[in-house]
Amino acid sequence: MENFLLKNIDNPNSADIAEYEQAGGYKNLSKALGIKPKDVLDEVKASGLRGRGGAGFPTGMKWTFATADPKFPKYLMCNADEGEPGTFKDRPILEKNPHLLIEGMAISGYALGAEYGHIYLRGEYPEAGDILNSAINQANEKNYLGENILGKGIKFKLSVHMGAGAYICGEETALIESIEGKKGQPRNKPPFPVNVGAWGMPTIVNNVETLSNVPYIIEIGGENYAKIGSSECPGPKLFSVSGCVNKPGVYELPMGTTLQDIIYNHAGGMRNGKKLKAVIPGGISTPVLPADAIDCAMDFVAMPKAGSMLGSGAVIVMDEDVCMVKVTYRALKFFEHESCGKCVPCREGTDWLRKILERIENGKGTQGDIELLSDVAGIMSGKTFCPLGDGAAGVVMGMIKHFRSEFEEHIKEGKCTF
Amino acid sequence: MAVRFELIMFNETVINEINGIRKKYPDRRSALLPSLYIAQREFGWLSLKAMSCVAKALNLPEADVRGTASFYSMFKHNPVGRNVIQLCTNVSCMILGAEKLVDFLKSKYGVHPNGTSEDGRFSLVIMECIGACGTAPAMLVNTDFHDELSESRIEEILEKYK
Ligand SMILES: Cc1cc2nc3c(=O)[nH]c(=O)nc-3n(C[C@H](O)[C@H](O)[C@H](O)COP(=O)(O)O)c2cc1C
Ligand code: FES
Repeated sequence: MENFLLKNIDNPNSADIAEYEQAGGYKNLSKALGIKPKDVLDEVKASGLRGRGGAGFPTGMKWTFATADPKFPKYLMCNADEGEPGTFKDRPILEKNPHLLIEGMAISGYALGAEYGHIYLRGEYPEAGDILNSAINQANEKNYLGENILGKGIKFKLSVHMGAGAYICGEETALIESIEGKKGQPRNKPPFPVNVGAWGMPTIVNNVETLSNVPYIIEIGGENYAKIGSSECPGPKLFSVSGCVNKPGVYELPMGTTLQDIIYNHAGGMRNGKKLKAVIPGGISTPVLPADAIDCAMDFVAMPKAGSMLGSGAVIVMDEDVCMVKVTYRALKFFEHESCGKCVPCREGTDWLRKILERIENGKGTQGDIELLSDVAGIMSGKTFCPLGDGAAGVVMGMIKHFRSEFEEHIKEGKCTF
Repeated sequence: MAVRFELIMFNETVINEINGIRKKYPDRRSALLPSLYIAQREFGWLSLKAMSCVAKALNLPEADVRGTASFYSMFKHNPVGRNVIQLCTNVSCMILGAEKLVDFLKSKYGVHPNGTSEDGRFSLVIMECIGACGTAPAMLVNTDFHDELSESRIEEILEKYK
């Protein structure tokens, strides 16, 4: 399959508007403005596109809810918080192909009747911020953005909003709180952002990669797009592969490519001839899979059946030398640090889990600690305000399920056995 | 003995910059995060006085400004060194040796996590993933990305930051 999302990124000037136009850029915007907003929406619905931010929600459905709400103005928010550890798939779009995202947002804004867009960019990507701002300036000068897009009287104003190092702000309602200048704590749903979002108005939050797929859908048509990859969640997908492989990096592959294929055929197989032990398939918040479970399709439907989730498509590969207790402990340190403090099961649960894991890893674990971990994780599951705490509990339960013996050994030996 | 007062206030250029940012949003509170970044750029860190300047510039209650600022880890509430090393130790970096690099920074530069070296040259902040996992281990020094780190690479890189 030819790259679309990562097209042209080997060109050192790919972020420049002239290069992007040269490669056919902004033609899809002009094509989309030639049909009715409703027709653009229908193409997106027909494409079967599902959100690439982690939850896999059907984009056409979200957009339908937002357009059905009679309130104006509507806001389009691009989620560029990319905070899920292991994930670096949006970064090449933001830094190397910013005009693809801008074109995608301009088309989406037109379909949604949204005249204002904001890109919520994680604070850790300052360079991407500069690149996006100059790309937006270029697009404004050429009337691909602004008050009168391509002379058609259509308005879409876009700006960049920098986050400041809080993972939870990737959750869409926390993102909205944060843009409004508040602490990034999630809101109750309903009402959903498509009805009551930023500044009380209908707000559509979509991931960078999701919005960057929109020009492609316009180019080849929803029906053709729906034929790419898995039938229930089609399209190209970016996978960021890291850890113990020969060729880590971001790969654009059809949705539904197997983990096996990603690790061995695309990412060059295991480093230093080591044996594969485990894979975290969709970023730190998704349950681990053991080596013998990697013959599964990476998409939103097949992964839950295989015992994990597609998440952000961040594949973290671990070999025989990696200590699973240590990985779990580090993951829980992350969740404890990033818990927003709003709900008790998450705030207290992540703290408890981290403390127990810390003592097991440091050789001070006691009999009964594994049961205690399962107990705390079980209590958290399904009872936290947002999926952050759920994810943390799932990570611990997955690790114990597949690698219980490593936890037992740490406790028995009174030390880390790696 | 001369007493030195540190003047903590925004100059006119900064006020204009903040007013420009306010126009991007339907209400003034939404300009808070960008304004806190500006205050941090101007004063190096967010002292109570610095946050009070932000509160005045946006006409917001000081408690709101402090509450928001306290939530985000990239806002500094203590003075920092001339250069801030932000080293990732999350899983992809950890399994490729990031923790050894923390020890190396301690022994070679005398800088501890959340601390500053005695000469004021470096502060160290341990980061959660910074989106460079494919070229781990990775760090940001101030706003510059550096990856595929080893002890010798770090020595080479930090030469440039005085
Ligand atoms: C704790 C947490 C962190 C999240 N982080 C991100 C993120 O960094 N980027 C992202 O696009 N979505 C993230 N999401 C998902 C968003 O809430 C939301 O589903 C997504 O932005 C919707 O866009 P999509 O439909 O295009 O995927 C996160 C969700 C949770 C619960
Ligand atoms: S885990 Fe270190 S950059 Fe992602």
